[in-house]
Amino acid sequence: MQLTEQMRVAVDNILANKMRSLLTTLGVVIGVTSVILLVSIGEGMRSYLADIFAGMGSNLLFVFPGKSSTRGHGRTLNTVRRLTLEDARALRQRSLNIAGVTSLVVGGSTVERGSRSRDVLVMGTDDQFPPVHSHGVSTGSFFTEEDVDNKHRVAIIGRTVVEELFGEESPLGQPVKIHESRFRVVGVMAPKGQSVGFDFDDTVYIPVSCALDLFNQEGLTRLSIKAANKTNLDPAVEDIRRILTHRHNNREDFTIVSQADMLDTFNQIAETMTYVLLGIASISLLVGGIGIMNIMLVSVRERTREIGVRKALGATKRDILVQFLVESVAVSLLGGVIGLGLGALIAAGVSAAVPEIPTKITLWIILVAFGFSVAVGVFFGVAPAKKAADLDPIESLRYE
Amino acid sequence: MIDIREITKVYRMGSTEVHALRGVDLKVTKGDFISVVGPSGSGKSTLMNIVGCLDTPSSGIYRLDGTLVSEMRDDALATIRNRKIGFVFQTFNLLPRQSALDNVCLPLLYASVGKRERRARGLEALKRVELERRAGHRPSELSGGERQRVAIARALVNRPSILLADEPTGNLDQKVGKEIISLFSRLNQEEGVTLVIVTHDHEIAAMAPRRVEIIDGSIVSDSTPGQ
Repeated sequence: MQLTEQMRVAVDNILANKMRSLLTTLGVVIGVTSVILLVSIGEGMRSYLADIFAGMGSNLLFVFPGKSSTRGHGRTLNTVRRLTLEDARALRQRSLNIAGVTSLVVGGSTVERGSRSRDVLVMGTDDQFPPVHSHGVSTGSFFTEEDVDNKHRVAIIGRTVVEELFGEESPLGQPVKIHESRFRVVGVMAPKGQSVGFDFDDTVYIPVSCALDLFNQEGLTRLSIKAANKTNLDPAVEDIRRILTHRHNNREDFTIVSQADMLDTFNQIAETMTYVLLGIASISLLVGGIGIMNIMLVSVRERTREIGVRKALGATKRDILVQFLVESVAVSLLGGVIGLGLGALIAAGVSAAVPEIPTKITLWIILVAFGFSVAVGVFFGVAPAKKAADLDPIESLRYE
Repeated sequence: MIDIREITKVYRMGSTEVHALRGVDLKVTKGDFISVVGPSGSGKSTLMNIVGCLDTPSSGIYRLDGTLVSEMRDDALATIRNRKIGFVFQTFNLLPRQSALDNVCLPLLYASVGKRERRARGLEALKRVELERRAGHRPSELSGGERQRVAIARALVNRPSILLADEPTGNLDQKVGKEIISLFSRLNQEEGVTLVIVTHDHEIAAMAPRRVEIIDGSIVSDSTPGQ
């Protein structure tokens, strides 16, 4: 019997039991939906993170105080020796492999202007921040080395802070109160948006020397270092390690983290998420497959007489086997199509709610979804189909 | 055409053996119209199943159109059933969700006949049982007699060597039963269709030129009353 005829019979039987067929597909629907979400959102996250790190500049290195035994970003609190402005200066002066060093002290504080106030992220930094982080002012000017050395109380504020405190007014030259101290606004940062959990535009930048006083800190939060070589960061890392170790009594009590390390960490998290979702998808597909097998077994029993008639009229074992296999694949494929639609819909919803995560349904995802559903249909359809094919025609014709 | 020699069939029911057929010889030639009679449990259904290639004998030889079918395996038997045998059942056994025409065309589907030819031959078969007007109707929309005629058309559609009917009037009232009998008779006389009919119906038994009686697994009489 031709496959096209077998398909016609299968579709006919599915339509004969619409509700039952639909319920049977549910497990596969959930399975395929999670596969679709898994792949499309996973890919979206990955490209989102890649974008962020590309925006930061790929040759950035961070030095944190304290040594963690595991590779990565852990910091111990009982730092033996703090990172200082002198460390930054030494790195700047003594290495040819370093293009720029900027010191950072990060803290949270309240910015006030008249009766309005806002809790913001305060970054104490120096004049090297714009070149190292590739992020500068849109109006006014960034503070100078002189401002840092002389602890001038000047501030650069982010776009969100401007909107909240000044509205339409120009903030340049205006006084603001940060942590109960008066500062003068000298610039507005170019908008950068959100990234890895915080809003760059909801930030105030002040000279690092002022920040150390303001937050009563003795050491820096971190150093951001731009390597001279864009592709190979190793010479810069080596120099940092050598210079700082020497300065810290031959102890490596700091941690150097590269952009690649951070990307690795994020990728590891993404990978874990992928496995979790993959597990959910596999379980759903397994349950869905068992559901299909169950219904197909019921269907074989219900249609025992039909099978007997078909056999009497000349259907071979193979004809019957293929008939029921095509039917289970069709049911499973129906689940796949519904799951694909549902997954695409949810992915689109996620993209609409979180514009930073661009979910995409590619041809590859569609093929995976169809591949999964066909595989489930075949795998769980074989046993019932085999049972149908092996029925004895005489017994089947007598079956009531 | 059918040459059956020394056929036996033994079923095993637990530890006991049931001898359904004890050495049966039967010859059927083209154009025969045979009624098979006998009490229930006599083995006539078993004989029909073997003749219809639904079952294989425990021993003995069965040749159909010169082919030795008693030694064949399942799939070869399926092909023989498809090409050489037409079945008519007591309970019609039509597929309820398909039209009369689709039901009639079912054997052609398994013979891999093309769509257009299937339709043409299906309609022609329906014409032979005078039901071409009802081609698009489903079984549930047809009367009992009409359903059995559709079933007969289905049995004829692949031009089988022999048509086997098992109690074809058993589920019909007497008047409709008579119509079916006269249809069989006409097919035999005008078109030369070879018929073997298992029946309790005396009218069929009376109409068939040849009568085979089975009791307890053996043929006790094979008579041609008219001659």
